[in-house]
Amino acid sequence: MITLNINKKTFNVDVDPETPLLWVLRDTIGLVGTKYGCGMAQCGACVVHLNGEAVRSCVTKVSRAAGQKVVTIEGLSEKNDHPLQKAWIELDVPQCGYCQSGQIMSAAVLIRENKNPTEKDIDAAMNGNICRCGTYLRIRKAIQLAAEIQRKG
Amino acid sequence: MTQQKTSINRRSFLRSSALAGGGLMISFSALAEFKLDDKVNKLDLPDQWYELTGYIKITPDNIIKIFNPNPEFGQNVMTSLPMIVAEELEADWKQVVVEMGQHDSVKLGPQFTGGSNSMRMYWKPLREAGAAARNMLMEAAAQTWSVPVEEVTTKAGMLYHEKSGKSGTYGSFASKAASIPIPKGMKLKEPKNFNIVRNSKKNVEGLKIVTGKPLFGLDYKVEGMLIAMIEHPPAFGMKLKSFDASETLKMPGIKDVFSQKLYEDGFEQGGFDTRSFNDLLVVVGKTTWEVMNARKKLKVQWELAGDTKNTMSGKREFIVPGELESTSTQLEKMKEYAKKPAQQLRKDGDPETAFKNAAQVIERTYNAPFLAHNCLEPMNFFAHVTDEKALVAGPLQAPGWSEPTLSKLLNLPADKIEIQMTRMGGGFGLRAYGHYIYEAALISKKVKAPVKLVYSREDDMTYGIYRPMYTATYRAALDANKNLIAFHVKGGGIPENAVHANRFPAGAIDNYLAEGWQIPSNITIGAFRAPRSNFAAAAEQSFLDELAEAMGKDPIDFRLELLKRAKENPVGKSNDYNADRYAEVLKLVKEKSGWNNPENKKYSRGVAAYFCHNSYAAHVVDLVMRDGQPYVERVFSAIDCGIVINPDAATNMVQGAVVDGIGNALYGGLTHKDGAAEQNNFHRYRIIRMHEAPKKIEVHFVQNDIDPTGLGEPPFPPVFGAVANALYKNTGNRFYEQPYILQLNKTSRA
Repeated sequence: MITLNINKKTFNVDVDPETPLLWVLRDTIGLVGTKYGCGMAQCGACVVHLNGEAVRSCVTKVSRAAGQKVVTIEGLSEKNDHPLQKAWIELDVPQCGYCQSGQIMSAAVLIRENKNPTEKDIDAAMNGNICRCGTYLRIRKAIQLAAEIQRKG
Repeated sequence: MTQQKTSINRRSFLRSSALAGGGLMISFSALAEFKLDDKVNKLDLPDQWYELTGYIKITPDNIIKIFNPNPEFGQNVMTSLPMIVAEELEADWKQVVVEMGQHDSVKLGPQFTGGSNSMRMYWKPLREAGAAARNMLMEAAAQTWSVPVEEVTTKAGMLYHEKSGKSGTYGSFASKAASIPIPKGMKLKEPKNFNIVRNSKKNVEGLKIVTGKPLFGLDYKVEGMLIAMIEHPPAFGMKLKSFDASETLKMPGIKDVFSQKLYEDGFEQGGFDTRSFNDLLVVVGKTTWEVMNARKKLKVQWELAGDTKNTMSGKREFIVPGELESTSTQLEKMKEYAKKPAQQLRKDGDPETAFKNAAQVIERTYNAPFLAHNCLEPMNFFAHVTDEKALVAGPLQAPGWSEPTLSKLLNLPADKIEIQMTRMGGGFGLRAYGHYIYEAALISKKVKAPVKLVYSREDDMTYGIYRPMYTATYRAALDANKNLIAFHVKGGGIPENAVHANRFPAGAIDNYLAEGWQIPSNITIGAFRAPRSNFAAAAEQSFLDELAEAMGKDPIDFRLELLKRAKENPVGKSNDYNADRYAEVLKLVKEKSGWNNPENKKYSRGVAAYFCHNSYAAHVVDLVMRDGQPYVERVFSAIDCGIVINPDAATNMVQGAVVDGIGNALYGGLTHKDGAAEQNNFHRYRIIRMHEAPKKIEVHFVQNDIDPTGLGEPPFPPVFGAVANALYKNTGNRFYEQPYILQLNKTSRA
């Protein structure tokens, strides 16, 4: 039995400790906001926060998350009002939307650590997140808008 | 006007209520300040809905539900199609909730997402539905108020009788309106009076997407659902011989391992029933990871499939060759075939003589590889099949095409088959093919349980249904004064060619010849965003650029000259484009890009334009070298797709098509060795990433009142040509082989 703290809730899961956190989230717990795109840390659709750090849950064994703090897209904000979520909606970022959970989770760490990211900072932080529909320009702008929303409090 | 009896369909009325309670299928337009209206926030929607046409339901509280008929894959029909209804209905957009439609072609039309057809197909029917419902409401108000219906007006979800000062919400008359026969032939609004269409509206699913709500096929879940995966052969031209699942069956969570035929011998396939492998080796278990893990323990013997036979509808048979193909041999074969006689597709004048007498002949050959669609959500589908009925749910583009095949395979009549369309994590044409739906259904039937079939990224990328491998040789004949006197395109491919014989520059040149050839293959192919066009534009627009240079002309002016000829004195009668609209996008992009502005000299500029899927697109691409790698820094796009329904969403789509085009032109490509794909995940198949995407993509739409003509595909093909032309300006070398990065890095595919 593995005890997990996900979005401030406790879950006891009876899974093989080698199971990637991604599949525990999706199949065992039923949190499907975190997505499967490649299974080998190439696309970023599976990014979650482990103790505040962006990790690729498709290659993170659930045992590594035991007793640690995990935040998924569903827990990023309590009232759907994280600056990134607001900015994403304001600028109508998504097309198919499948990559966007991972994009937002990666961006959340960026703007937490860097209050005024430049385009170069954004490119560097985000080039691990693939968007097949090509919404990159809007993601960039939305990150800058989110940083601005965050600065204004 | 003709009357048509409304039947309040009680079954769908109730079904809608049940979904309303569940909330999964409903999206909201009222997103002011990122809060939902309290009433709808709790998803505690009223259960009294009154149906006014198949697309519209209204509650007494004046909430207006509009059904989106077409499956959604990022083109945002969830928002734009309901906008069309709301416009003619004269609803207040803030009162609108959107629900994904059921599969119901009687009520909701063809429900096919693809071919850039959604706006074209639904523009008139949705307007008529909105107008009809508005008239039913006016009739209801007129009857209630005892006034002539001509004196009743509407605005933003309200009805008015000015003379008496009476007014009321749509909701208050919905019940009465629902019993009025649906009128036909209603007068539609003038575009100049549009309040909703042509105004940008936020994506109705935006909030759900950014909060991780279950939306996609892969998210679909029911109690007791099992997971299935298929172990495919390692190469095209191979098939299952035998397997030993003894170790697999011992693995935790595994329920069953078996082999299953997809189609029986002689099964007549429809055009979208393409499948790469017919014998399925299936592993079924409780969770995705358990099945993924257990597959690794399979001991499988594969053997050569040899030549096989596919039967298409109408009992047409064709042989699928059994050879294990490698890219190097394919390229050699294509060079051989290119020299052989080919099928004539169009001839104007006397090209043979013109070429013989030419002062200069320019001949160039272009090549492009197979492309994998790589939808970010891999293939998957849910099925629950019993002897009596079937429910299938997941990401698909064309329920209407899959239903007949499902019906045949499951031996169930269509009315016992329910197809639910979830949101798709990308489609690009791949999800118009139904093999994975049929596979899921057959597996569910076999294991007598609800099943979700999942393809891993490796399964998905190596399965096939690719964009074909193409080549084309272009020849142009110039006379002593450098006038263009003849044009010849001979295109080929595996397994089809990409020649559109009646497209520009056909019609602009007196002596014209188009030919095509193809080499059959066991590598399966399918529609990929702007099929055939996505290569033709690359080759043709690169060639026109080279031709313009040889003739000492500006590339845009050269094209405009040809278009002028095509308009004023066209050659032949079957010219598949409107020369005015084509010229217009070139002129617009020339203007907006500051084509001749000396400030832009620091960029290597490439231009290309193309017409496909009924719309016109032109791009100017500004490229620089950055640390020795090509970077498209800016793009200017000019598009004519008729009336633009949701301008910001349309801009998003064009920007996406541009990024997609740059990525595929520079990096995309799938190669084979002895039938096996050499790329099976993103570490080998390169997808364009954030830092490679332009800083700016400026999109301009031609403003006209032409009925919408489509936008998903048209902007995509010319991007390839524009990138090649920009690369030439930067490096001094022409680029003939995709992906262009190979030539830059001096590597080759073979």
